[in-house]
Amino acid sequence: MLIEEKIKELEKKANDIRQSIIEMLVEAKSGHTAGPLGMADIFTLFYFHILKHNPEDPFWEDRDRLVLSNGHICPVLYATMAHSGYFPIEELKTLRKLGTRLQGHPHREYLPFVENSSGPLGEGLSQAIGMALADKIDQKDKDRFIYCVMSDGELDEGNSWEGIMFAGKNRLRNLIAIVDRNNIQIDGFTEHIMPLEPLADKWRAFNWHVIEVGGHDFRALNEAIEEAQRILEKPTVIIAHTIPGKGVKEFERDYKWHGKAPSKEEGKMALKELRENRPV
Amino acid sequence: MLNPHLKLNPKIFSTDCEQAPIRKGFGQGLLLAGETDKNVVALCADLTESTQMNFFAEKFPKRFIEMGVAEQNLVTVSSGMAAMGKIPFCSSYAMFSPGRNWEQIRTTIAYNDKPVKIVGSHAGISVGADGGTHQALEDIALMRVLPNMDVISPCDAIEAKKATLALAKTKKPAYLRLAREKTPIITTEETSFEIGKAQIYWIPDVGLAQVGIIVTGSLTYRAILAAKELEAEGIKTKVMNLSAIVPIDMEAITALAKESKAIVTVEEHQIAGGMGSAVAEVLAKSYPVPMEFIGIQNRFGQSGTPDELIEHYGMGKNSIKEAVKKVLKRKL
Repeated sequence: MLIEEKIKELEKKANDIRQSIIEMLVEAKSGHTAGPLGMADIFTLFYFHILKHNPEDPFWEDRDRLVLSNGHICPVLYATMAHSGYFPIEELKTLRKLGTRLQGHPHREYLPFVENSSGPLGEGLSQAIGMALADKIDQKDKDRFIYCVMSDGELDEGNSWEGIMFAGKNRLRNLIAIVDRNNIQIDGFTEHIMPLEPLADKWRAFNWHVIEVGGHDFRALNEAIEEAQRILEKPTVIIAHTIPGKGVKEFERDYKWHGKAPSKEEGKMALKELRENRPV
Repeated sequence: MLNPHLKLNPKIFSTDCEQAPIRKGFGQGLLLAGETDKNVVALCADLTESTQMNFFAEKFPKRFIEMGVAEQNLVTVSSGMAAMGKIPFCSSYAMFSPGRNWEQIRTTIAYNDKPVKIVGSHAGISVGADGGTHQALEDIALMRVLPNMDVISPCDAIEAKKATLALAKTKKPAYLRLAREKTPIITTEETSFEIGKAQIYWIPDVGLAQVGIIVTGSLTYRAILAAKELEAEGIKTKVMNLSAIVPIDMEAITALAKESKAIVTVEEHQIAGGMGSAVAEVLAKSYPVPMEFIGIQNRFGQSGTPDELIEHYGMGKNSIKEAVKKVLKRKL
């Protein structure tokens, strides 16, 4: 359960993270805008409430694992990690620049705090499955959870469904996938490019427990994750309905913002809007 | 003569020389590695017996994972298990892994630097009757261009067993290339093995080699037979088993070139991008000498018996001998 006070705190934090995302993308002059803004609430909830982790001891053996599958939304991962203390917030401005730890898509060699390198789509879930399976073999599957954050567009990939089928077969109770159901991909709306619906039924048919939830409602998201943690006989997918570009009206629900960064002017406008709407 | 220091199989030239598939040595090695280290796990894409993982699967059912016909998932799940401290060996036919799932291997194993051991069985033309779709002739090229990735191609079942045990102990990603058909046993349990250490199996009776033959994998036996006949014809050669294509033994290759001043490479793989190319990359920089390449010449394979195919595509004993004579003429 989340108390009102905690929700308020999370809302402020998510707003700060969205501002950081805009600032870093403007500075980088390239990168993805819609996905990171849309997932800011979910990442905030994970890093400031759900995850068992310790930014001062990033390699703590008993930590939960959060695998980001769609690496292109890494600005939200980097911003959230910086705000939770993994590295200085100032470092976010180095995104995509030569020698940076914050590569255009995450690379563990440069930033070992991330659980996996990612970018090419449809691979993260299977890596999370491997982690969950290793813990099951070692009888550690009651001690920690393996979370996989993934996009809806990457469900076009065959590798995704190979993993989904396999996890269902192996009843991985310690595995929780979160699908960013924002309905957009590079070329347009998912239902135009390659229809995914009925998406929940598809996952159910592969022996997963399915929860659908609004992706900007902290209380509902938290309840969904708590429910997923209680499901003992199968893996759970949380289909989180999000608004791409969330927080900046100009960017919201427009697939053109999938893969581009705001200009300086657009960035100023976005930051102004975010600051005005920051909860007090 | 056979290099007396390496304790090679003394029966190698007799008609009752023992034969075994190279992949069988992998199966034995995996079982031993599993006994030594409980973190060793095995994953297979619906080819458990073909890839000889059945011995491990029977002994350690909880550490054996059946993946179904899903090679992309095979390597990505392996990467995840390695992230939690496991040493995964994942197997399929080389044509499917790394043939189908190369980008997954690149991103989640090589780029991620995870100690997954990718085992490609049924590599080369000697797969035989199954035909061209199943004959992996490009896998060395695919894997040796990946940073962080070791590439090992053993010459017989015993070396495959030793290579498997050695790979189980390294913290690096690796590709292990195996052949399907029975091949003569060249080495013995006493023959030393070290990843990245090339060995000279055949040396001239007296004097220096006029040509150096560098071979990898299942054609090693044919290369030794060719060397023996050449010796009888008065042509002195050395045969080097280059079982590790990565890390490549630059020192040994350069030393052989300096001695012989001519090199022939022999492999069951496309000439483009294969072991011979790797040797040429070394020698072009360290000590350029004339080279001839035995391998597949930019073609696909077809059905046939392994022996027929090896002859048809110009990789048999006589082809090796011809290449040696050809390169000999190019010296000066």
